[in-house]
Amino acid sequence: MLSRVGSSIYWMARYVERAENLARFIDVTLNVILDHSTEEQWEPLVRATGDEEYFDKHYGAFTSENVRHFLTFDRDYSNSILSSVSMARENARTVREAISSEAWETLNEFYLYVKNAAATGVTSANSEFFTGVKKFSHLFGGIFDSTMSRDKGWHFANIGRYLERADKISRILDVKYFTLLPNVAAIGTTVDDLLWSSVLRSVSGFEMFRKQYHTITIHRIVDFLVLNTRFPRAIHYCVRTAGDSLSQVGGPECESNQALLLVAEIEGHLANTHNETIINGGLHEFIDALQISLNGLGTAINDTYFSRRRTRTNTRMSQSQRSLSH
Amino acid sequence: MTNLTFDAYDTTGYFDEMFLEDRSPRQGAERLLQRINSLPPGELRARQQEIESALLRMGITFTVYGDQAGTEKIFPFDVIPRIVQASDWRHIEAGLKQRINALNKFIDDVYHDQLIVKDEILPREILEKAKSFRPQCIGLNPPKGIWCHITGTDLVRHTDGAIYVLEDNLRCPSGVSYVLQNRLVMKRSFPQLFTDSGVRPVVNYPSQLFQTLSSVAPHGMSDPTVVVLTPGIYNSAYYEHSFLAQQMGVPLVQGEDLVVENDRVYMFTTDGLEQVDVIYRRIDDDFLDPESFRPDSMLGVPGLLNVYRKGNVALCNAPGTGVADDKVIYAYVPDMIRYYLDQEPILPNVPTYICQREEDRKYVLAHLGELVVKAANEAGGYGMLVGPHSTLDEQREFAQRIEADPRNYIAQPTLSLSRVPTMVGDHFEGRHVDLRPYVLYGDSIWVLPGGLTRVALKKGSLVVNSSQGGGSKDTWVVDIQRTDTADDSSI
Repeated sequence: MLSRVGSSIYWMARYVERAENLARFIDVTLNVILDHSTEEQWEPLVRATGDEEYFDKHYGAFTSENVRHFLTFDRDYSNSILSSVSMARENARTVREAISSEAWETLNEFYLYVKNAAATGVTSANSEFFTGVKKFSHLFGGIFDSTMSRDKGWHFANIGRYLERADKISRILDVKYFTLLPNVAAIGTTVDDLLWSSVLRSVSGFEMFRKQYHTITIHRIVDFLVLNTRFPRAIHYCVRTAGDSLSQVGGPECESNQALLLVAEIEGHLANTHNETIINGGLHEFIDALQISLNGLGTAINDTYFSRRRTRTNTRMSQSQRSLSH
Repeated sequence: MTNLTFDAYDTTGYFDEMFLEDRSPRQGAERLLQRINSLPPGELRARQQEIESALLRMGITFTVYGDQAGTEKIFPFDVIPRIVQASDWRHIEAGLKQRINALNKFIDDVYHDQLIVKDEILPREILEKAKSFRPQCIGLNPPKGIWCHITGTDLVRHTDGAIYVLEDNLRCPSGVSYVLQNRLVMKRSFPQLFTDSGVRPVVNYPSQLFQTLSSVAPHGMSDPTVVVLTPGIYNSAYYEHSFLAQQMGVPLVQGEDLVVENDRVYMFTTDGLEQVDVIYRRIDDDFLDPESFRPDSMLGVPGLLNVYRKGNVALCNAPGTGVADDKVIYAYVPDMIRYYLDQEPILPNVPTYICQREEDRKYVLAHLGELVVKAANEAGGYGMLVGPHSTLDEQREFAQRIEADPRNYIAQPTLSLSRVPTMVGDHFEGRHVDLRPYVLYGDSIWVLPGGLTRVALKKGSLVVNSSQGGGSKDTWVVDIQRTDTADDSSI
């Protein structure tokens, strides 16, 4: 698989996942403020992006309208839903021959859906729209999964999707924790159900959580969203899944390349940590370190597979063999 | 909804590809006519629309340069196919094989000893001023001595019923993807008709192309790595590059994906560098290699020509073939056939006046209103004067151009191109067509049955190019002996 093509597929998947996660968070915030109408509810969303400076410069107040426009339809903000879906489509367009035609057509429809909503203004950034974004993301993912052979292309997309998810879950967890628990003394108590429920709902994990844990405590939240290996939006699950796909994409140094080493390290760390350790050491510090590791992993993936490396292949595969791995 | 019939269809004045003068169908068109006449009202139009939707969905587009925002457009399509009778096809096929054979020998000669010039068949000044002659290619020896692996030759039929060669396209001829996709959508719309009419399949073009490309791999290697090199998504023919790569099952690469090292070409893959042996390059010579051609090209691969020179990569078509795309050189192709093959041309050129020759020039200047004047190296219908449709001012302007640079111009009588019935509103009208068969030259010379029929959709227009209001039709080579069209179902 051409490096450029692998990179485009990887980023296509990352951008779709980015758009979906953003839609989820905004949607949940919208629902929460129906009971709890404060400007405070919108600020964490902006903080979670890490782009407060841009927001400050272009918007100022954390009003519902400002934040929703910023995150949904701002075409000059590279991480808005509109920008993310546009980038996903652009990446797919240059590698159309590498993905199924159904996947391309769905992504194209997704893009048109968001573009058309953006044209009508921020009032369209409502619950119905965000549900639509989620649906399109699911549709795209489902079609992608059911129409692509499990070859390198599919695996690179899978890696992109799950790494992006891990990153986004960690951010929202970090920000919510910071906002909701500034007071160390409150650790270990049954916290405000409503606000933590909103976090769980934003990852579609509320029912799953309840089934496993019943009542909400910080330790259980951390267990579920960080360490769990069964729930598909838990960070550990995401890292493990990305790691599985990484081991499938091969490479001449596939036993020991930097990306594989790093993902094994992160996964191992998550596998051997207990929620007590995380809370005691500080959830924020833990997530900070995790994000740095995930960034490092992203860089390693780029360097190993997508950058224009000069290492020679070990064996000359025949065209027919090669077509199996494209 | 009115029924579309041929009752009022007018064939006067031009050769009609479907009907004889008495309005009975030509041999091979009977079933088609029967089918059209038996369709319920509105059905043909409905199928036309279905086909157009299918083409849109499949994204069969081309980009028009100079159009605002470089928009993608669907290449317009008309559902009535153009029929080519078996006897006509045999003639065309033989003529094309002969022509490509001669052209290949010419190109090879021109980059070696130039015997055709020494023997005074082709004047030296003509060759020297051929814009696409590439001195960088002098002395090069492509594998098996083949320079033009993929050719698209444009043919037209005049009112006299004879088929003439309008021009050869020896650099990056495009359009074959439309041929394949037109056939695909037509078969879905009229499945029974294909079986009944004995239309020759086109479905094996990609495998023939792959075989042709593989056959010229360096050092005769078996199982070479073949790639399609594209300038990228903003190129007007990008869809075709992508389509052919996919159909052949080979990587579609851009210049940035390739690198030259150790006198070989490699592509950057997620596994590291992988050697490339044959490149089907859809990039013009000028942009192929900044070290040998235009240094400002961002589309090519630095050092590529060197690898080619050393015989470690095959480039299809070979650099330098553009010399024969020159319209003045075209005028000498019949002489080439005589000179290299000692044969008379099977397919004639359109009669051509060469403005370089004083007598021809005088005639042309005196008859500008009747002739089609063409600049030697323009494409797509640009740089052309269509005498009968031009104003006196335009003619005067062209006269000046000819006087200033006579070597650069040829002129031909206006041909009355043949016509094919085309849906216009609620009835049929004849529209002018040409035909571009595709010729592959590998271990042998192979001609795709049929080719691209381009149709001038505007009433009375003779200009068939996609950039100027042309569209296409499916082309049927009807071979009544053959009935095994089952092969065609696998597209």
